[in-house]
Amino acid sequence: MSTTETTETANGAATEPTDDVALFDVDHPAPVIEPPRKRTAKTPKASRGNFEMQTWLFMRLSGIVLVVLVLGHLLIQLVLDGGVSKIGFAFVAGRWASPFWQVWDLAMLWLAMLHGANGLRTVINDYAERDNTRFWLKMLLYVATVFTVLLGTLVIFTFDPNIR
Amino acid sequence: MPAGTLYRGREGMWSWVAHRVTGVLIFFFLFVHVLDTALVRVSPEAYDDTIAIYKTPLVNVMEYGLVAAILFHALNGLRVIAVDFWSKGARYQKQMLWTVMGVWIVLMAGAFYPVLQHTLRTLFGS
Repeated sequence: MSTTETTETANGAATEPTDDVALFDVDHPAPVIEPPRKRTAKTPKASRGNFEMQTWLFMRLSGIVLVVLVLGHLLIQLVLDGGVSKIGFAFVAGRWASPFWQVWDLAMLWLAMLHGANGLRTVINDYAERDNTRFWLKMLLYVATVFTVLLGTLVIFTFDPNIR
Repeated sequence: MPAGTLYRGREGMWSWVAHRVTGVLIFFFLFVHVLDTALVRVSPEAYDDTIAIYKTPLVNVMEYGLVAAILFHALNGLRVIAVDFWSKGARYQKQMLWTVMGVWIVLMAGAFYPVLQHTLRTLFGS
């Protein structure tokens, strides 16, 4: 094949100034290189979707709500009416007698735990370099998160002021 | 290493670092806090005995630190949202950080006595 031989000759003689011919022209077009991110037959059908974008958005939306919920919580528990002095079983019983504060605390629990868990997931992904370490740290995180969210939810819903 | 090439960071990087550190600290406290609150399902005494720890001087000071971490994380979080969603956010990120720090100092000064009053009263009398 003369085409191939011409190309090879041109390639091999690239250092020689006397043989300075163009490698490719209209009759000898350059080979097409596949775009690096093109979908091919080997690309998995199910891609990862836009999970990371959704968590990114969740961090911002939950963050705005948490600013109100958490700062309100701090104001009531640690600033107003004597600060931490007043806190005790009777104080908790008084607040959870109202569905409003039950819903407030429930929303705060779920949003703060999910917001914090996703934040820590990002931190683990950033700093745990070994695959195994990263995997098990995240498993530990997920188990602890599910346990804490369920425990807190159970406590809010089953609270009994007359436990004694 | 060639001189002057090490990135030492500026406002943007250090606020990012502080946001991470405060976020992790707050998350660890949240675990403990849900667990101590769960003691209301055990008995009023178990809950009140544990809450007594929150009223010791050392832990009371740590609560002030918790307020500091949460206030920074909340205010800087609003700044991050502004950087992401406000068309001029990135241009004014430094000014917004100094605003955050200014508001933070004012709120921390305002929270000093209310948060620490339990300790101040026990140590110095009412």
